[in-house]
Amino acid sequence: MRHIASLLLIASFALPALAETPSRDLELGLAKSLQAVRENRLDVALNEVDSLLKLNPNFKLAQLVRGDLLLARSKPIGDFGAAPNAPRDRVQDLREEANARLQRVQQQQPIAVPKYLWQLSPKQRYAVVVDTSKSTLYLYENVKGEPRYVADFYISVGKKGSDKAIEGDQKTPLGVYFVNQHLTKDKLTDFYGSGAYPISYPNEWDKRLGRNGHGIWLHGTPSDTYSRPPLASNGCVVLNNDDLTHLGSHIQVGVTPVIITRKMDWMADDDLSERDALLKSIEQWRNDWSSRDTESYLSHYAKDFSTGSVTLPAFAQQKRLVNSGKTWIKVKLSDLSVFPYPNQPDMVVVNFEQDYESNNLSNRMHKRQYWMKRDGRWQIVYEGAA
Amino acid sequence: MDLTAGLSSEHLHAMNKIKKVSRIAALCAFLTVSFAAQADDIQDANKLFKQGLHAQAMEKVNTVLAGKPKDAQARFLKGLIQTEQGNTNEAIATFTGLTEDYPELPEPYNNLAVIYAGQGQYEKAKVALEMAIRTHPTYATAHENLGDIYAKMASQAYDRALQLEKSNTGTQTKLALIRELFGDNPKSARTGKTTVVAAAEPAVIVPPAAAVKKPEPAVTTKPEAAVADPAAEVVKAIQAWAAAWSAKDSKKYLSFYAKEFKTPDGLSRSAWETQRKQRIAAPKSIKVEVRDTKVKLVDATHATISFRQSYRASHLNSQSSKLLDMVKTDGQWQIAAEHSGK
Repeated sequence: MRHIASLLLIASFALPALAETPSRDLELGLAKSLQAVRENRLDVALNEVDSLLKLNPNFKLAQLVRGDLLLARSKPIGDFGAAPNAPRDRVQDLREEANARLQRVQQQQPIAVPKYLWQLSPKQRYAVVVDTSKSTLYLYENVKGEPRYVADFYISVGKKGSDKAIEGDQKTPLGVYFVNQHLTKDKLTDFYGSGAYPISYPNEWDKRLGRNGHGIWLHGTPSDTYSRPPLASNGCVVLNNDDLTHLGSHIQVGVTPVIITRKMDWMADDDLSERDALLKSIEQWRNDWSSRDTESYLSHYAKDFSTGSVTLPAFAQQKRLVNSGKTWIKVKLSDLSVFPYPNQPDMVVVNFEQDYESNNLSNRMHKRQYWMKRDGRWQIVYEGAA
Repeated sequence: MDLTAGLSSEHLHAMNKIKKVSRIAALCAFLTVSFAAQADDIQDANKLFKQGLHAQAMEKVNTVLAGKPKDAQARFLKGLIQTEQGNTNEAIATFTGLTEDYPELPEPYNNLAVIYAGQGQYEKAKVALEMAIRTHPTYATAHENLGDIYAKMASQAYDRALQLEKSNTGTQTKLALIRELFGDNPKSARTGKTTVVAAAEPAVIVPPAAAVKKPEPAVTTKPEAAVADPAAEVVKAIQAWAAAWSAKDSKKYLSFYAKEFKTPDGLSRSAWETQRKQRIAAPKSIKVEVRDTKVKLVDATHATISFRQSYRASHLNSQSSKLLDMVKTDGQWQIAAEHSGK
């Protein structure tokens, strides 16, 4: 049983005080138990695991540790998951869960802001950032425009990892998405647990890259399962049911961004200056449009710009035509949000409310643009209604 | 896991000092000599018990107990007979009584543990064995039994961790009650029916009420009940849809999509249909199976159905979950929208 310690990545713990979530106690309990194993205090380890199983008997990893601790009292055992006839792949899955959870426990509560949250709109009360390599979902609150850490949760992602490209590849997509639906428990089979939040994969960028597949959800676990291994789903992000419910209470359908990255990056000083440069470009774009300086306005669009099937030449022609018929244009932007794109350097997703008025037409819309920095200049590569 | 068949002389010796029970009477249980009528009766009862004549043995024991209601030997034998007769609760009461009156005797604890283990109450069994060991730290049987209990508890935990089938027969066999009564002839002493109380893996850990979920109010579908069971009609439509897909009959397949079906990715209906036709034509073979269907009726002409879909084609296998909005048009259930998840 002592081997468990050496088989798992146990550094010495100074169990940090992370934000309280429904699952935090169980994860800490598990870490304490394994820590006790490492110190060869098997009675303490068993007590700890027993008490956390009282909280949730469907915590399979804890059951496995309990099995080892009990069996160790009966006979010497040599490996983690020493059950006779244990299917090796399931033991391996649980071992990976143990590693992921121990690493999570060792993490300090983040004080920095994820790089992906350059700007939240006042409407976006919360933002979700998923780090697939750390099996962790972070929840941030928008406090007067500043993202503030609220909680993080253990999650499972696709069996084959991340960076989804094609239907059926069992991977979780990486990118900037939005929750676009809430499916309640009564509409779902038990498999999805306490509910589901479909997200907007494939987004405009995915489609442009020819990525397909659909049905990527944040969802819960079956009633007999507390948590699933780190790599378990067909591409969805899976949380335990308590956590999903807790997270769900913060989600605004159609509003809350879900940014999925393979490796969390944190905001640095140059992000701030980049953000300012981008915001200036957006303002310049708005201003050029409002002042009916069509060629300056069009210069903000990249050569490879497209919106749906319309590419730059057709788009430019259309805009020249429309703008020539205007005697005045007013464009106001509000609720602006900006999210740098994971895995795609120098690209950001910009969303805003656009209030357009002119001598012969007025409208209001949600607009989404993808801006890319090319040769030191921010340019629009996609634009469309959101 | 061994059921202690008799009170050991060593333990009785310790007890005699306190309880002033005649040492000879106690030892009589193990020796085939008898010095007193009382001992005779116990010896007879033992013999009867070994022969499987439980009723007669019980009669003798009761005779002894009528004269000496506190007699440890007689009560111990009574507990054994009750165990053998399957009167588990009475046996538990008898052995528990002995642990209360003679807390320094480890055997009643041990036998209690065996009975609890037989009921799958491993926690209680463990506590009883710990008591036996506390009174007699060198009591080997209790140590062995405790090892078995831990193995059994471990096996239960593993089952829960790994969803093992009932595979650990090894531990189970070892936990079978071995009945060697009064130790002189183990083979003949074993009763024919080997009362294995260690049965069918009852769960030790009772899930808290919150975790025990009521079965989902899924609409069960009776295949033949064609009349006026809209849920069954929906399931039937989906099965026909899957069958048309599997048959690569794209015309029929597309006929299951309602006019108002929301095509994905903003495609026009005709572009989507062309795409579907191409995708259905491409693989050599397709096999689509639908299971775990669950229908929820919204009203007479609207429903949702969720199910697990397994799609096997020459180039791709996939499992997914689907949630479809269904609408009934001209008597035919059709797909109005599709939401799927993984």
